[in-house]
Amino acid sequence: MTDLFLTKHVREPNGFTLDFYTKTGGYGALKKALGMTPDQVIDAVKRSGLRGRGGAGFPTGLKWQFIDKKSLKPRYICCNADESEPGTFKDHLLMERNPHLMFEGCLIGCYAIGSHTAYIYIRGEFYHVQEVLEAELAKARAAGFIGKNILGTGFDCEIHLHRGAGAYEAGEETALIESLEGKRAQPRLKPPFPASHGLYGCPTAVNNVETLCNVPLIIEHGAEWFAKIGPDKNGGPKLYCVSGHVKNPGVFEAAMDVTLKDLIFDETFGGGILGGHALKCVIPGGSSVPVLLPHEIDIPASFDAIAKAGSLLGSAGIIVMDETTCMVWAAQNLLHFYKHESCGKCTPCREGCDWLYRLLTKIESGAGQMKDLELLLSIGDNILGKTLCAFGDAAATPVLSTIKLFRAEYEAHIREGRCTVPAPWRSSAPALAAH
Amino acid sequence: MSFHPRMDYGRGHHQSARAVPEIGPPFVYTAEHRAALEEICARYPPEERKSAILAALYLAQKQQGYLTQNAMAHVAEAIRCTPADVEDVVSFYTMFYTRPVGKRVIQVCRTLSCALLGAERVTAALSTALGLKTGETDAAREFTLLEVECLGACDRAPVVAVNDAWHECQSPDAIRALVDGLRSVGESSLTGCHLRIEGSGPARASGPDPLTGESAGPSGPARASGPDPLTGESAGPSGPARASGPDPQTSGRPR
Repeated sequence: MTDLFLTKHVREPNGFTLDFYTKTGGYGALKKALGMTPDQVIDAVKRSGLRGRGGAGFPTGLKWQFIDKKSLKPRYICCNADESEPGTFKDHLLMERNPHLMFEGCLIGCYAIGSHTAYIYIRGEFYHVQEVLEAELAKARAAGFIGKNILGTGFDCEIHLHRGAGAYEAGEETALIESLEGKRAQPRLKPPFPASHGLYGCPTAVNNVETLCNVPLIIEHGAEWFAKIGPDKNGGPKLYCVSGHVKNPGVFEAAMDVTLKDLIFDETFGGGILGGHALKCVIPGGSSVPVLLPHEIDIPASFDAIAKAGSLLGSAGIIVMDETTCMVWAAQNLLHFYKHESCGKCTPCREGCDWLYRLLTKIESGAGQMKDLELLLSIGDNILGKTLCAFGDAAATPVLSTIKLFRAEYEAHIREGRCTVPAPWRSSAPALAAH
Repeated sequence: MSFHPRMDYGRGHHQSARAVPEIGPPFVYTAEHRAALEEICARYPPEERKSAILAALYLAQKQQGYLTQNAMAHVAEAIRCTPADVEDVVSFYTMFYTRPVGKRVIQVCRTLSCALLGAERVTAALSTALGLKTGETDAAREFTLLEVECLGACDRAPVVAVNDAWHECQSPDAIRALVDGLRSVGESSLTGCHLRIEGSGPARASGPDPLTGESAGPSGPARASGPDPLTGESAGPSGPARASGPDPQTSGRPR
């Protein structure tokens, strides 16, 4: 059992309160950071090798270093708490159970890049979390950790919450900025990057909740300590979300040398497949990444190792599917999501997602033709890499990767004119008629 | 006589379900909501009032239940932008309603992790219990039934949200109790968030201490072996938790 840092106290009564947090050494890292120069803080984060936990895995220190220092405009940190990737729920737990760690990360981030305001963009559905955050924010403000002249050092910093209203796309950094500015959550053309032209046209860093939560740990224990946890270039504690057909779904903290297999089968993690079934496949990083087969999962769950295996760690949302799962149906389910959430800005994605969904529905319902498979691949190929943001790639991936790995299943659907893997937990299953 | 083929717009083309919002009765913020809005506007630079548009719309929706053209015009005035800007935003985000909804909007997560554990059947059971198809509101405007995309609580699937309150680890058999609980007790009958990982979180401050006897897993006891925090809770008519309830995997399994 590795030591826990991010989720150490998440299950203790009142573990989310300011009292508890300060009693267990909370805001100590802020004090330490304010004693360093901003460049020293950025340097520490760079040396730690912290990579963004939102999906792309971009080095956080570099992101902060890229902030335009010559600009005379104010600078901002946007904390991306719009956690909407299917299969991902780690930030949800962190915010609800360890909000002050996130606040402390925001404050240190602001100090490092010379910002005086951080906005936490929280998804609209997390209203219960927002209520907790508002209350704790007020307490931290009253205690002098947020506001004017923090800890008597002359550093001013404000943290505000901003509630979204139900848009997956708002999790993309430029779309998040657009949404914060009061517009539709649609991505911007890059460059210019947010580091020079972000929120209100000012230099902005957009960081995921879990990323910012790691920053106080780096300052407190040192960059070298952080880099030593887990494999080279994949340092630091990581939260994994395990869901789907496992006995013990949940958020698990581990170093990135833990294997995907252990995360699913080990008793301290996922606990194995529900109902004694066999594993069919795993989506290792939220719905947007390629599927892995059972023989491919005995690899470290790190950014680099999963990329080497042909998928992505993404947001570490591990969705487990057992042998009763129909892959055409799974792809159809995900494409319903992407069709619904496509922001509509780029034509290939807006039109393509709908076409993919319609073709999958046709095949799943038994009316498919063999030529539809080629059409699916062709549409997917015409979305991949042809959109402003990564949404297009994310939407095409479930289709392309399931056809690649489970082509026989698609063909059986078309040949037999029906779903050939009728899972008992689906509403179309025969058992439900009697239900 | 036109040489162009007759286009069948009714069948072959997209028919948008979107309708122009109704004009509705005159709308003005209550003094309380107006003050709340000004407080939120102060979080942004003075020239960036438009950033508060989502908050302004939430307040209008809270006041009237749904958004009408009059409400949007008033929001535009309060935010100092055009009504077109407001409608642009309203039509994009899913959490704003432009038609009347029930007092309780029941939202079932339909995305993969919930679907893998039987969300389709939860929706079907709700549909039967309420006598509503998804997207419909009953005549008394008590309930609206919606299917929504991933709510971000995939480890407690299938998840149902009632307005802003959450109800987790659902099964088709628990739906009758959910609906009865909502009718008789209201939203306090829901499980709240993080069922079973619960310490003394604000959502369940009054509940029994579910920590006792829990195994010290990194985040939450094993679903199959952990104690059920709902047991013995008076305000919880809301359905069996995983350990005691019928397993959505095995119930109805043909073999």
